[in-house]
Amino acid sequence: MRFLLGYGSCGIASGAKDALEGLETALKDSAFSVEKVGCNGLCFAEPIVEIITDNGESVLYGRLNKESAYALAESVLSGVLPEENKLSDDELRFLEGQKRIVLSGCGKVNPESIESYIENGGYRSLKKALEIGADAVIEEVKKSGLRGRGGAGFPTYIKWQSARNSQGDEKYIVCNADEGDPGAFMDRAVLEGDPHRVLEGMMISGVAVGAQMGLIYVRAEYPLAVKRLNLAIDEMRREGILGDNIFGSGFSFDFRIMMGAGAFVCGEETALLASLGGNRGMPVTKPPFPAQKGFRGKPTNINNVETFANISWIIEHGGEEFAKMGTEGSKGTKVFALAGKVKRGGLVEVPMGLTINDIVFGICGGIKNDKEVKAVQMGGPSGGCIPKDMLNTQIDYENIAKTGAIMGSGGMIVMDEDTCMVDMAKFFMDFTSKESCGKCVPCRIGTTRMLEILKRICNGEGEESDITTLTELGESIKTGALCGLGNSAPNPVLTTIKYFRNEYEAHINEKRCPAKKCTALIQFKIDKIKCKGCSLCSKKCPVDAINGEIKKPYVIDSAKCIRCSQCIDNCKFGAIEKISGEGVK
Amino acid sequence: MADLLKKEIDSILKKYENPEESLIGVLQDVQTLDGYISRNSVEYITEKTGIPSSRIMGVASFYAGFRLKPVGKYRIMVCMGTACHVNGAERIGDTVKRILNIEEGDVTSDGLFSWEEVACLGCCSIAPAMMINDTAYGTLTPDKVQKIIDSIREEESK
Repeated sequence: MRFLLGYGSCGIASGAKDALEGLETALKDSAFSVEKVGCNGLCFAEPIVEIITDNGESVLYGRLNKESAYALAESVLSGVLPEENKLSDDELRFLEGQKRIVLSGCGKVNPESIESYIENGGYRSLKKALEIGADAVIEEVKKSGLRGRGGAGFPTYIKWQSARNSQGDEKYIVCNADEGDPGAFMDRAVLEGDPHRVLEGMMISGVAVGAQMGLIYVRAEYPLAVKRLNLAIDEMRREGILGDNIFGSGFSFDFRIMMGAGAFVCGEETALLASLGGNRGMPVTKPPFPAQKGFRGKPTNINNVETFANISWIIEHGGEEFAKMGTEGSKGTKVFALAGKVKRGGLVEVPMGLTINDIVFGICGGIKNDKEVKAVQMGGPSGGCIPKDMLNTQIDYENIAKTGAIMGSGGMIVMDEDTCMVDMAKFFMDFTSKESCGKCVPCRIGTTRMLEILKRICNGEGEESDITTLTELGESIKTGALCGLGNSAPNPVLTTIKYFRNEYEAHINEKRCPAKKCTALIQFKIDKIKCKGCSLCSKKCPVDAINGEIKKPYVIDSAKCIRCSQCIDNCKFGAIEKISGEGVK
Repeated sequence: MADLLKKEIDSILKKYENPEESLIGVLQDVQTLDGYISRNSVEYITEKTGIPSSRIMGVASFYAGFRLKPVGKYRIMVCMGTACHVNGAERIGDTVKRILNIEEGDVTSDGLFSWEEVACLGCCSIAPAMMINDTAYGTLTPDKVQKIIDSIREEESK
């Protein structure tokens, strides 16, 4: 019997520590202990325990707290797998239709034990890579059709080949683990849940390229990932999988971890290299490419976490096997982080070629509170919003790009009817204008001007010419900016104008926010008939804007109201509503 | 500047083979030690390494992860990622601001709290989220935020 507890940082934030305490108390005098594993992706039901019985049956229990975890373990010890807290068949549909390569170890292996990784087939591919040699490794990666999972989708083997062809006896492998897209957490889950898989991928890349050192540039905001990477590296050294003459092959390799300091632009290769050298993370023009002149001016191969996490599978099963999954131009699987207004949020790994609908409605069960889906945002601040009637788009680099969004690193934010698309555009523009490194004028000043216009529109001060100005500015920034950040920064605005122009027009012409989100354009009103005069809203209002007499309808003073929605959240009679349009502004 | 801090910065600098290439690491360590990057620390690093203060400040001011002002004992970081935004992060920030009655980036007069808006914490599935020091809190509502801050205050007043 095994007890596997999801112990990633979101599991911990959801109360996995309490669940652990409950389980451990119950198991104290038994022969069993709790194994802490990474996030298995079912984030919506955290904290989660997987129980594997002696005959190999696996049962998942979710939403545990100290008491229910204790009760569960007690019951299991007495030989009964209880029904309480068991995930329902409907919830388990989340796992159907997924194909797990990158995430295959997450929730299965113990991320703090190299033995656990090795038992699950770990480091076999590294051995194989050393046997077959660099050219054969690159050939397998070529056959696999693997493309960069960081967002741009550049064929991985070309990068490897080109770094291999570069002259020099000192070369580097860099793992971009600076997952900066707000709304994406795939890389964190892999680093926390299965760090050895990424390290093995980097080492195989080292074999292919002829590098001796791997650098991991990881976000400082991911302390657990940093801790587990450090631990993994120590264990590798202890086991002789790191250092000189690995497996007696003559190949030597070592790792160094560097923590990023919080700059989205460092996702761009040349900015990342500047940052690795202790400088401001500002991009430079290419060529020379990092494969020719990278870290310390030496040939460097940079890939993202998910790209490296695919490598050991490809070497083990062969490139052709990988290429059997997916579409003509996009092979293998892709991990997505589902969040926003979706019922079952979490990590999903699917073969390329499924539709967005398959993921949102099939795997993730549709929209929270059974509301209408409005759009799905892909690619974060560099991507775009794909509207409801285009959600049958196949997931594939080219098809997603046709919509105006990008595949991106894998963030998928689901939006419902309460999401204002102009506000979303403003949100992303606020992000990119802050994250612009300031080097080139189109990005630095262009994003600032676009943000000013969007703020005006949301404030009810939009002008008729604004949509045209935004479009023109957006197109010029796309062509004029130096790096990927600027080239893609206007995408969220341009796609929302393209698909949700009516929302912009409502804000500008009617001073109305259709989603009732933009606070300058809405008011809160109490329905005199529905209100029972219970006074709860008045008590909950943080600014004393609601007054009245008990058992008589209450009234909101709009001048005082800060539109925080506390009253709506607390009203038991659904008596408070938001209004927008006529007479509000 | 306290001799103790100087001593500790000395030992940080010793850790790195090439402090100039590892400037970001050096500054991260100094920040962990002192809570922020003070003018004194910058000048002392310059004195010891010869790296111009302008270059150190250039790096420290470029990255969102560096603070040039002190923080409270409890540093509240309100996540402004996409999933949190869609789920109402703005009002969580407003609530924290209202409860502490300080602007973003400032410290309460008792030194207990400071708050700031931060980029995605990666806890998207429990949005809206915030972190206080190393602990993440999720599925927040204004009421929940009030309770969390109240309980810290209560703990501290004991």
